[in-house]
Amino acid sequence: MHETVTVFRTAFPLARLLQGIGRDRASFAGGVVVILLVLVALLAPWLAPHDPVKQNLAHALAPPGGEYPLGTDDMGRCLLSRVLYGTRISLAVGLLVGGLSAVAGTLIGLIAGYYGGFLDEVLMRLTDVLMGLPNLVFILAVVGVLGPGLGNTILALVALGWLHFARVVRGSVLSLKESEFVLAARALGFSGPRIMVRHILPNVLGPVVVLATFDIPHTILAVAGLSFLGLGVQPPTPEWGAMLNAARPYMRTYPLLMITPGLMIFLTVLAFNLVGNGLRDALDPRRSRILDGVGG
Amino acid sequence: MLSYLVRRIVLLVFVLFGVSIITFTLMHVIPGDHARLVAIYRWGYDDFSSQELSVVRREIGADMPVWRQYAWWLGHVARGDLGYSFVTKRPVTAEILARVPATLELAVAGFLLTVLIAVPLGIACARRPSSWFDNLVMTGSLVGVAMPNFWLGLLLILIFSLTLNLLPVAGGGGPAHLILPAVTLGAGMAAVSTRIVRASLLEVLEQDYITMARIKGLGEGAVLWRHALRNALIPVVTVLGLQFNHLIGGTVIVENVFGRPGVGQLIVEAIESRDLPVLQGGVLFLAFCFALVNLLIDLSYAFLDPRIRYGGSDG
Repeated sequence: MHETVTVFRTAFPLARLLQGIGRDRASFAGGVVVILLVLVALLAPWLAPHDPVKQNLAHALAPPGGEYPLGTDDMGRCLLSRVLYGTRISLAVGLLVGGLSAVAGTLIGLIAGYYGGFLDEVLMRLTDVLMGLPNLVFILAVVGVLGPGLGNTILALVALGWLHFARVVRGSVLSLKESEFVLAARALGFSGPRIMVRHILPNVLGPVVVLATFDIPHTILAVAGLSFLGLGVQPPTPEWGAMLNAARPYMRTYPLLMITPGLMIFLTVLAFNLVGNGLRDALDPRRSRILDGVGG
Repeated sequence: MLSYLVRRIVLLVFVLFGVSIITFTLMHVIPGDHARLVAIYRWGYDDFSSQELSVVRREIGADMPVWRQYAWWLGHVARGDLGYSFVTKRPVTAEILARVPATLELAVAGFLLTVLIAVPLGIACARRPSSWFDNLVMTGSLVGVAMPNFWLGLLLILIFSLTLNLLPVAGGGGPAHLILPAVTLGAGMAAVSTRIVRASLLEVLEQDYITMARIKGLGEGAVLWRHALRNALIPVVTVLGLQFNHLIGGTVIVENVFGRPGVGQLIVEAIESRDLPVLQGGVLFLAFCFALVNLLIDLSYAFLDPRIRYGGSDG
């Protein structure tokens, strides 16, 4: 009987997603850049010519070239090394927040959608309230009260991040709940958790993966923005937004200090967005490329 | 329509209620005694008697149980009394109101710029999808979406202020001071909005009644302007409303980049100086504006599309 039921499960279309990515030149390029960034993050200690936090005031604000390929900052730290190490924080926080939000949101969405009733009502009104706040204002409130820093920033981002996952998953669950394979599973007497995890979950994973892919660049931008305001990652940790903030007094004389970290944020966000677009198109072929304007 | 209006206002009140609880809770999870904090700011560290402390405690309502504190605080907020700044000792409401013009100016300019860029470009792209122009604009929009606004602002300062000496670097003041901040704020929003205008117009153009209008022999211009555009406007308004979230976040960042004395900058300064009443007031103020705009957007649908009746349970 077990065999009969698993037939009804739809396999998670990972292969289809990857195929879709491969077909689309722009998202393929985005994927390549993402892989490169991951490699840079992993290999940073070997790629970086210097220690990213070690100060050397004798070499402060050195021009590019020679021992320091991109020059040094006001504390005499190697800009290239800091930019390379910066990949680690951005990617790690992006993945962490995206992952935590996805797991929490999916779980909440599954439960709210499947069981409905009072619990569903409470959870959905909670999402109403949290969505009724401008994101950055909420993050500022959390960081302002609990204190600046990376930990509190992550906390605030996850507190907002789960909302979209929960809404999307709940919506899918509501329609899947009445579908025949779920009714069949219920008729067979399977428990709620089992039906949710083994029968409904695989069918909502696609949109969840797409949302998570877009959550990563959102997170990276938010963390960099907050660090730029001086409220996120604190110096001397090499983080791109914090580096931009520190570079402001030297904009005219040493523009490279400002240009390089910004360029890294831009490229990273662009790459993840392209991958996300590709995943979304692969998942929803009805939405034609022309309609959505995936140009270039 | 009336019942819809009432429902939306009930939701607005509910959201504001929730926001007030969140803000209140946040202020009460900070470690330490709130009254002591106020006293320290007022008289300096350990420079106050226990009698003075209990006066402060009564003054800020900290001698009551938590739920009564909340009601007490909410009553004051409803009367526009947001307490006093720890730093300047002035009323928080006055501090915020003094900062509103700079933010409002920036937000309006950025929003206008977004509409002025996104609507014409989106329409032009939708008329000839996949043309070179369309591809160019869509690629540009990908770039615009990925561009961090704080970096864009710095780049604009570097190019137009520091290198070309065309525009002032920072501060408030005349229209020249508004150009770079407005462009910084509007660019990212325009990038997203162009995409949406284009997509929603393309979707409308595929519908039967448009085909019908064409069969009828109407010119492309008449089809577009008289039939398609009006219906494409509804999703556009939705998205411009969603953009308001980015708009508020954007003003905080842009004010910081350009040193504009706005509400966002007030909040950032309050965080730096641990000025909790100002932080709390600023957050509440922006949340209130956000909720109000969302309500206005919802109401505007009814005027854009008379077919929408809002009788259903999930309108």
